[in-house]
Amino acid sequence: MALLEVKNLGIVFGGLHAVEGFNLSLEKGMLYGLIGPNGAGKTTVFNLLTGVYKPTTGTFSLDGVKLTGKNPVEISKAGIARTFQNIRLFKKLSVLDNVKLGLHNQVKYSTAEGILRLPRFFKSEKKMNEKAMELLKVFGLENEASTLADNLPYGKQRKLEIARALATNPKLLLLDEPAAGMNPSETQELMDTIRFVRDNFDMTILLIEHDMKLVSGICEEVTVLNFGEELAQGKTSEVLNNPEVIKAYLGD
Amino acid sequence: MSLFKSNKKIVSNTKNNLITYAILLGFFAFAFIWAQTGEMPRKIQNLLIPLCVYSILAVSLNLVVGVLGDLSLGHAGFMCIGAYTGAVFTNIFETVIPNDFIRFGLALIIGGLFAAIFGFIICIPVLRLKGDYLAIVTLAFGEIIKNILNIVYLGVDSEGLKASIDGTSYNAMLLEDGKTIIKGAMGITGTSRDANFIIAFVLLFVTVMASLNLINSRTGRAVMAIRDNSIAAQTIGINISKYKLIVFTIASFFAGIAGVLFSHNMNSFSASGFDYNTSILILVYVVLGGIGSIRGSVIAAILLYALPELLREVGEYRMLFYAILLIVMMIVNNNEKINDMKKSFMMKFKKNKTVSEGGKN
Amino acid sequence: MEFLSTIISGISLGSIYALIALGYTMVYGIAKMLNFAHGDVIMVGAFMMFTALTKTSLPPIACIIVGTIICTVLGMLIEKIAYKPLRSATSLSVLITAIGVSYFLQNSAQLIFGAGTKQFTPLFGNGSVSLFDGQVVISHNTIVTIIISVVLMIVLTLFINKTKTGRAMLAVSEDKGAAQLMGINVNKTISITFAIGSALAAIAGALLCSSYPILSPTTGAMPGIKAFTAAVFGGIGSIPGAMIGGILLGVIENLSKVYISTQLSDAIVFGILIIILLVKPTGILGKKISEKV
Repeated sequence: MALLEVKNLGIVFGGLHAVEGFNLSLEKGMLYGLIGPNGAGKTTVFNLLTGVYKPTTGTFSLDGVKLTGKNPVEISKAGIARTFQNIRLFKKLSVLDNVKLGLHNQVKYSTAEGILRLPRFFKSEKKMNEKAMELLKVFGLENEASTLADNLPYGKQRKLEIARALATNPKLLLLDEPAAGMNPSETQELMDTIRFVRDNFDMTILLIEHDMKLVSGICEEVTVLNFGEELAQGKTSEVLNNPEVIKAYLGD
Repeated sequence: MSLFKSNKKIVSNTKNNLITYAILLGFFAFAFIWAQTGEMPRKIQNLLIPLCVYSILAVSLNLVVGVLGDLSLGHAGFMCIGAYTGAVFTNIFETVIPNDFIRFGLALIIGGLFAAIFGFIICIPVLRLKGDYLAIVTLAFGEIIKNILNIVYLGVDSEGLKASIDGTSYNAMLLEDGKTIIKGAMGITGTSRDANFIIAFVLLFVTVMASLNLINSRTGRAVMAIRDNSIAAQTIGINISKYKLIVFTIASFFAGIAGVLFSHNMNSFSASGFDYNTSILILVYVVLGGIGSIRGSVIAAILLYALPELLREVGEYRMLFYAILLIVMMIVNNNEKINDMKKSFMMKFKKNKTVSEGGKN
Repeated sequence: MEFLSTIISGISLGSIYALIALGYTMVYGIAKMLNFAHGDVIMVGAFMMFTALTKTSLPPIACIIVGTIICTVLGMLIEKIAYKPLRSATSLSVLITAIGVSYFLQNSAQLIFGAGTKQFTPLFGNGSVSLFDGQVVISHNTIVTIIISVVLMIVLTLFINKTKTGRAMLAVSEDKGAAQLMGINVNKTISITFAIGSALAAIAGALLCSSYPILSPTTGAMPGIKAFTAAVFGGIGSIPGAMIGGILLGVIENLSKVYISTQLSDAIVFGILIIILLVKPTGILGKKISEKV
């Protein structure tokens, strides 16, 4: 059974079909690309899959659990994590705290235990610190643990966002334009990181990207969206050579 | 090396908190010893409890404004509820519980709990609102509380409690042997003055400690995450409503405690004293002390409350001065050039520090 | 018949709220901020008119014009000095600044004019009109207030829909960035919005003090907050909404004063605000705005 099963998903904004009839089936461990021209509805698909928007039609489920209509918190708990196109970090918090927030539902203790500094507070905080530092090491951010997220250089902010998403212990990771604003060498490094995450965290990854080098470099399969509808789907190399797809990108 | 760094952050947090506690204890020791010498002028003695009251209010409001990032303009309303419920309790049980200390302790708990319950209830409609709307609704709630309490009459006689919102019918109801507790717009008079500086200070200390512990905990992080980016907070599984409720309830609880303290230090008080202007005054302490800084709130509350009381000449111009300070601070804080300068200065400072530390290692 | 006169004086009070609410709603629509100091502009306007009335021999109309001009300039100054530097700041910072401006105005007035209340003379005489054999008495003040408010609302609506500046205001409130690209001077448009809002507030101040002839540095605070309630009631950002909201609120306030309790009338008005925000946060005519993710 597929990990993520999306059937006929669609949303209408004031009469405009932002996404219509979107289907997707992701096997566990896949690295999948979602591409298409600007305004094709890619980020809207992410917003639907994470509960930020409620779909008007269709269903989706993760590991056989139906998630349609659930709110972002429930979906996060069910195992979908994401990053954002316009990075959304907790800017006034440290890098370490950002990742510890990702662990919010992994390591728990109550508000009272925190205020009263009961034993579970110290035990849980220690565990959180260790786990968070492990993740930061994967992304080479361990030396910036106490830096404010806002003060990180752009490339590292993107990595921190991925680290935070992974901290929620997801089954599926959605990356929204992870390479945006990166130079070629940074993009190369990012590709290695994404592969590393997939292999070492046993992760399934769905990513939106405009950088075709990255897409053809790491994605096994892709779906092309255009005007909210699927234009093509299949093996990356085949889809990218599809004349329809080229036309959509370059215009008539 | 890496773990060491993260521990350093925790250490620096603890160090920061210890400085705050030290300042508080220093303030207490100074005031206490001065009072013991018998040299402290009456004027300053009278200020000690109000200073603690306003510090507690500023710290608790800072939880909402600085940590959660929502503007509440009704903090005085929660103080009002604490003051009223606490004073009513003391007046009813004055003879039943003769021990001042126990009775006042219970009054504090009851006042705090009532304020917390109101904070919780009021927060529910507020949950859906953001920014300006939220501010205006908290203001509205504060005014409603004030308006309603202003027309309440409550008394106790041999038949039990008597209450009305109409003075004439209330007077007709109350028996000869009755004692009026709340007298409409006149408020509450003659509450046993159980508050003293030591209790007030202990309460302030507890408020500061609880606030700092809250901020440096799982809950505090979640709240600050909501402040910094509520959408990202949701997508990593943080329940926004839950944490907003927690913060509002805790902040209201402490405001209620401050109210009880206030009411047990006054011969008489009325609901009109807890109006929108009082809420704004507390907000001024929070903003001028530094939004989000607990220590700053305490220092600002103490200085800004004491100064105009001591220097009458300042008193006349103080609100004008505060108003200008508020505007200037906001403009300076949001000036990109100044912020960039600050940032690069901090970076340089940090770099030098790490280099020197590296040398040591 | 008491009911009818309550309704009529409610409409009069409500049209004053509506004039103030227009300032709130236009500024909110264009600058996306709650101008907390708007209510205090009313107070400044009233004090200016009061001074002109008592210290000079100018006719009432000239005094109103003087007060209005001063407030127009004041509104633009406030925007330029306090709000313009905060265009990209958080709503928390802007709101605190606005509270600062509000306090600045109140305390300046207190230092200049004293904290005590001043007796304002009705601008339009003490006469009244009797209807139904004297069962309903309407003062000239009430009538003039309603007429002036209605005329101003019509003029404002025409101005916004028919003039180039008015349409620029609409464009900026719809999409600041796009308006800028279309060659609209956004800063100038925002400045004009503050000017118009403040001019309306000054006139509202004159009408308010003419009907309720007591003037003090805090005169503007409560009507200001109530007018904001009216703006929210009608749907913030919507000009017809502010008019409807203002008049409804005035009527409700007067009815509750007469039939429920004078002391509770403020609580009732605020209660309405909370209920609206609970049930329909966008108000009667407001639009839903959602954050882009």
